[in-house]
Amino acid sequence: MSTLNSLTIADARDKLRSKEISSVELTEVCNAAVAGSDALNAFSVKTPELALDQARVADARIAAGGAPDLCGIPLGIKDLFCTKGVASQAASNILGGFKPEYDSTVTSKLWDAGAVMLGKLNMDEFAMGSSNETSAYGPVVSPWRRKGSDAELTPGGSSGGSASAVSADLCLAATGTDTGGSIRQPAAFTGIVGVKPTYGRVSRWGIIAFASSLDQAGPMTKTVRDSAIFMNAISGHDAKDSTSANIAVPDFEAALTGDIRGKKIGIPKEYRLDGMPDEIEKLWSQGADMLRDAGAEIVDVTLPHTKYALPAYYVLAPAEASSNLARYDGVKYGHRAKLQAGEGIHEMYARTRAEGFGKEVQRRIMIGAYVLSAGFYDAYYRRAQRVRTLIKKDFEDVYATGVDAILTPATPSAAFGLGEMADVDPVKMYLNDVFTVTVNLAGLPGVSVPAGLDSQGLPLGLQLIGKPWEEADMLNTAYALEQSAGFVSKADKWW
Amino acid sequence: MSIDKETARRVAHLARIEVAEDQLEHLAGELNGILGFMEQLNEVDVEGVEPMTSVTPMRLPRRADVVTDGDKQGAILKNAPDAREGFFAVPKVVE
Repeated sequence: MSTLNSLTIADARDKLRSKEISSVELTEVCNAAVAGSDALNAFSVKTPELALDQARVADARIAAGGAPDLCGIPLGIKDLFCTKGVASQAASNILGGFKPEYDSTVTSKLWDAGAVMLGKLNMDEFAMGSSNETSAYGPVVSPWRRKGSDAELTPGGSSGGSASAVSADLCLAATGTDTGGSIRQPAAFTGIVGVKPTYGRVSRWGIIAFASSLDQAGPMTKTVRDSAIFMNAISGHDAKDSTSANIAVPDFEAALTGDIRGKKIGIPKEYRLDGMPDEIEKLWSQGADMLRDAGAEIVDVTLPHTKYALPAYYVLAPAEASSNLARYDGVKYGHRAKLQAGEGIHEMYARTRAEGFGKEVQRRIMIGAYVLSAGFYDAYYRRAQRVRTLIKKDFEDVYATGVDAILTPATPSAAFGLGEMADVDPVKMYLNDVFTVTVNLAGLPGVSVPAGLDSQGLPLGLQLIGKPWEEADMLNTAYALEQSAGFVSKADKWW
Repeated sequence: MSIDKETARRVAHLARIEVAEDQLEHLAGELNGILGFMEQLNEVDVEGVEPMTSVTPMRLPRRADVVTDGDKQGAILKNAPDAREGFFAVPKVVE
């Protein structure tokens, strides 16, 4: 029974219903896997007792019949989600000791569905990073290693704890959030599936805000089917999030037929970057071949403003962050700096923030303050908002020609080593998001599907970008791609 | 546009983040690197393009202006670094 932790949600759901296993058994195995995973540093808080309590309730609910799909399924929750009575710090020292008095809408929906929480997952501080190295808890380590090397690799970021935990079978699935690629890039780096829903599909209420016009929560799972099951549980309108869409939610799992005959898949030429590894290029064309073999029509498309997405993002996201993170002032929650005699509230604000925020977060808050400041607002912020309109229009023009989804690589490289990017310019790190950030700017759904290994034995992912509110169709195409790619590799256990 | 030491000091003040005097020069350099990357946006013709304020074409919903929540003083103060007599406590603001 010791491999129960490697089950998918779908398989565990079936075994729980057939009484082959109980949620308590499944949770005990996962608790043990989590307890033995400190070398990965994926969990920031472990909640084994709470998990067992939830599992007992879930078992009773399953026995009574009619339990939801996620009932009794052990999950990890990214530290960005507020969870009642359990530390929620966005991996930042400025929220040191913060235990929310409430649950986020997403986690409330998960608990209502009977899901089990194994603990909170490490991440980049305030979700600002692509390697998990900005976390106040220290970096997460990927379960994956290069062939013949024991160098520690990044699981990606910002949802790096989620990616590492799912990939290493510490939990069956995890929540993530994605502002510029923070679900899809770590999913690709660790060989799992990650979904960023359409902006407004999933409530942002109770998720610690980074850039509110871009943030969206989503599942990180072992299979496309598991993501569909997870999406069924967390999607839907929430009056507490004014940007949450009041539109019907389809059954995402029921949409997984694998039949994509007649679908039109676009290949955007602007995603072919200079200096991109041949292996990524090759994987991308193999992915197109797989979809063609499954009956889809492959067409070349153009998204002319792609190269301006990253610079626009690095104006808009820090601007929104500087405003959102103004609330951390040492008054309401978290860290407060100690003052010297004669110092007052101004010193308290500025020192609290200097001590509490890490370097990358400070940098982004200051960039945000600068681009919003008098005299620069039009030149930077306003201009970036206009470019964002053009980026969205690029996608609208493509979809207007009858294209159903767009296929791209998920990342411009495989996972890199922890510390490898330490001395490079911050902008170099930002390039990780080059294929994913356009999707956030346009508010579209995107999914990263594991599609192969590179010559060093590391996972590579492909991304499908869907039409707004068409996650069901996008996931069905992802399902077809998953079936063809047949990715089953797992990292050898060394931790 | 380029950030000098004085601008870095002003930005740090706007952001309410204490930066040591001997760090300002370095900070200015870092911020310049990032702003240099953003300069690419100047290549784009944005004449007549509306700035995006909402990615989904929807109006912000309205609701009746009534109290829907409350009586949570204890919960709200629970995580405060310093709470006294039902209030957040801060260093003296007005002399």
